[in-house]
Amino acid sequence: MKITSIDALKKIANDIRKDIIEEVYLAQSGHPGGSLSCADILTVLYFNQMNINPQKPDAEGRDRFVLSKGHCSPALYATLARKGYFDKELLKTFRKIGSNLQGHPDMNKVPGVDMTTGSLGQGLSSAVGMALASKMDSAGCRVYCLIGDGEIDEGQIWEAAMTASKNELDNLCVILDNNGLQLETSIDEIVEPSSISDKFMSFGFNVIECDGHNISSLIDAFNSARTKKGMPTIIIAKTVKGKGVSFMENQISWHGKAPNEDEYNKAMEELSK
Amino acid sequence: MREEKIATRQSFGEALEKLGEENKNVVVIDADLAKSTKTSLFAKKFPDRFIDVGIAEQNMIGIADGLSTFGKVPFVSTFAAFATGRVYDQIRCSVAYPKLNVKICGTHAGVTVGEDGATHQMLEDINLMRGLPNMTVISTSDDVQTKWAVEEISKIDGPVYLRLARIATPVIYEENQKFEIGKGVQIGNGTDATIFATGVTVSEALKAQELLKERGFDVRVVDIHTIKPIDRELIVKCAKETDKIITVEDHSIIGGLGTAVCEVLAEEYPTKVIRLGIPDCFGKSGKAADLMKYFRIDAQAICQLVVNGDGEN
Repeated sequence: MKITSIDALKKIANDIRKDIIEEVYLAQSGHPGGSLSCADILTVLYFNQMNINPQKPDAEGRDRFVLSKGHCSPALYATLARKGYFDKELLKTFRKIGSNLQGHPDMNKVPGVDMTTGSLGQGLSSAVGMALASKMDSAGCRVYCLIGDGEIDEGQIWEAAMTASKNELDNLCVILDNNGLQLETSIDEIVEPSSISDKFMSFGFNVIECDGHNISSLIDAFNSARTKKGMPTIIIAKTVKGKGVSFMENQISWHGKAPNEDEYNKAMEELSK
Repeated sequence: MREEKIATRQSFGEALEKLGEENKNVVVIDADLAKSTKTSLFAKKFPDRFIDVGIAEQNMIGIADGLSTFGKVPFVSTFAAFATGRVYDQIRCSVAYPKLNVKICGTHAGVTVGEDGATHQMLEDINLMRGLPNMTVISTSDDVQTKWAVEEISKIDGPVYLRLARIATPVIYEENQKFEIGKGVQIGNGTDATIFATGVTVSEALKAQELLKERGFDVRVVDIHTIKPIDRELIVKCAKETDKIITVEDHSIIGGLGTAVCEVLAEEYPTKVIRLGIPDCFGKSGKAADLMKYFRIDAQAICQLVVNGDGEN
């Protein structure tokens, strides 16, 4: 049941953004900035690209997704709920005691979560392990892994990148949510990021750059990744942190902060236009 | 105890090779140390199920957890220092917390690594792994037990840490010896003292048992091969039945076997416990035998303690 209409996908992404704001508002905790920046990416993956069935979340031959930047769980939970993995009402319990929707995704608590994540830099190695396993079994699964641009500070990302290219994991597609900001400041003030593309190219990746908020551009990028044989792909998706809520866009202060009532109302109003 | 000596890492390598034959889901990952950890035996036989990730232990753990989600049974192996300390957070967040079926096998544990010195002598691994929820911690004492353990942990669905040694130590058990995870092995019924030992110190405790017999002391040795879950019942039973409780381990006295025994006894049968192990310090270079003597974790140190007490009795 793949959705191909660009307008329909845009609407889903917008709904996911509303869910993100609501989750974080009700929890009074969470990470709206990075969640909003990856909403379009998740929409295209779950509604247009991945071979998955929410009725069979553990099906063997399914495609896998690893949210390596686990703090963007509000976006993943909203996507999974909208896709039908669980009741959307559960989103209201995000980060509350007794809820299965933990601050960072727990694969044993939430159907559709393929890997527990949270400590940055680890998810790509898990995705490499999955892609290797699929190759060993000729299972034909594609493995997607979303990483943050701040996350590539972690050395383990580059260890995993080397293993991915050495093993010619063309069933692995990494997406880099390139919103340019991390918790403290912009990524270029922390490490020299001017050549993220060059870095991954030199690590043996097929590098595709695209507009991470343009649905057609994302679909083209994912389709192109499928056809590349003999090497892993990384899609460098140019995004805006806080995308969709004017006062959150490109604001570091919204990395891990919940909106108050006024801000919540204003955000929901903007997203309802 | 036989004259024959085998290092538990060698037994591990041989057992893995056998397990690979029986279980096609077993995948082995090493970090550029396959010749030392003996996973090279598996690698030679099953090259399609062996991955050398290079000197990238963090990545090794991650790849293993990913493989396990596909039903593979990954055994990762490197020196204990790098298999646990170097990757503690990877194990904590991506193996123990999601309870994934990854077997972490740390060879070259303890001061008996010898000449390589403190950086390579892992004395805190039991402490680190024991503190993680969902983790089973095994520390084997001889060839027979290690081969049993490799097979047995492959049947557990969940994370396991297996602690192995570099040096060759005597083969203690007969081929038909039965073991059970979580159950210690009591050797002898002496009541003068119980010596709880694990890993390379079990054969030292058995040597001490013999030496003490000549001097008129009858002690029992308990091989605690499973540090977690620990055999509470047996520990309490021994405390009730014997005059003295001694623990001995090639590990820091903080957080290892001695601590685990103390925790049980403090709660269930308060008893004085004398802990032999590496005091609150790092290891140093030297020959394994000299280091065991220096740190008082050999047969002589145990004998001395039983005969003379610790001066505080």
